[in-house]
Amino acid sequence: MTIFLAVLLGAAFGFVLDRIGATNPGYIIRMLNLSNLHLMKTILAGIGVASILLFAGLLLGLVDPGHLSVKTAYLGVFIGGLLLGIGFAVAGYCPGTGLTAMATGRIDALFFVIGGLVGAGVYMLVYAGVAETGLLEAVAGGKATLAPVSGTDYPALFGGVAGEWLGIAIGVAFIVVAWLLPARIGGAGRQAVPAE
Amino acid sequence: MTFFQQVPLPWKAGGLVLGLVFFLAVLLVKPIGVSTQFVILDGILWDAVDASVVVPSEEAKSGYASTNAYLDKSGGKYAKNVANPLNYGFVFVIAMMVGALVSALLRGGVPRGERAMPQVWRVNFGDSIAKRYLATFVAGFLVLFGARLAGGCTSGHMMSGMMQSSVSGYMFAAGAFLAGIPLALYLFRKEG
Repeated sequence: MTIFLAVLLGAAFGFVLDRIGATNPGYIIRMLNLSNLHLMKTILAGIGVASILLFAGLLLGLVDPGHLSVKTAYLGVFIGGLLLGIGFAVAGYCPGTGLTAMATGRIDALFFVIGGLVGAGVYMLVYAGVAETGLLEAVAGGKATLAPVSGTDYPALFGGVAGEWLGIAIGVAFIVVAWLLPARIGGAGRQAVPAE
Repeated sequence: MTFFQQVPLPWKAGGLVLGLVFFLAVLLVKPIGVSTQFVILDGILWDAVDASVVVPSEEAKSGYASTNAYLDKSGGKYAKNVANPLNYGFVFVIAMMVGALVSALLRGGVPRGERAMPQVWRVNFGDSIAKRYLATFVAGFLVLFGARLAGGCTSGHMMSGMMQSSVSGYMFAAGAFLAGIPLALYLFRKEG
């Protein structure tokens, strides 16, 4: 049954990534150089919609809190994010969009994926050494959420607020920001060319 | 062009379907993540040339152990997935690629001139295919090394993490955009 869901959800995710333009590295690069924020608006709205549905579903008892999976916070999360950001900007791909772009026939994405397999392989080999540096030690409560969520035992940064309502409020805020964000930022001296 | 061929979708429609997929994944199974599967595929390839890398183990929580510390961590959960590729996460990622291919075919495929590099690369760095492929190879290395160090990527940390209001999701997104935006502004001064 879960394999059937893996096929269904995976296919839906890949289809949507392609439809929002995320398999096109041009849109990702132009999101990061701020010359076309269309994809940024889509992503912010997506996080907002997902957050509202998730926390409303938890409040209504429709979502099993056991399905949440909060990852540990440690210094390496931030440093890894920086490294990923560098490659994200150069290539215009992240792991999911690189794989899906490759599937749509983009050859530069194939090289990205091969580089990714090597990078992940090197991390496997150096993992024991990385762990010794303390970069993987939990900070800020470890597997923490911003506010406590009923039915889970994740520690929370702000204890006095109901995590479900905060989650809904943050979701709304993401959508508002997506709405307010301009189509582009800056652009003096830059020449706009219509997308493909 | 019909709505069904339109890419990208208007951001409101795109955000709605994107959010819906991330929500459905949590509702039905668990949050979406992708980058772990690069490790699983590496493990499968490694185990294919050296069968001693992943072995069944009665002491391990997952039932599998590995000589590699990373595959062996958390009770050998990665080792188990290497030994059984037909698991949820791996099948999800394969299906994801099929879904993207179907979508691309329905909209007429990626134009031939775009397949080696996007226009914004071409106007800033020229037509050299070798330069673009080398750059994406190195970028892929950094992205997956970084994602594994962080314990997740744009899907697992940023989208799935922030939708659950997890602290690590915000840490990751801060790092990714703090590096990504200034670098893209510096590298891609012409728009394409």
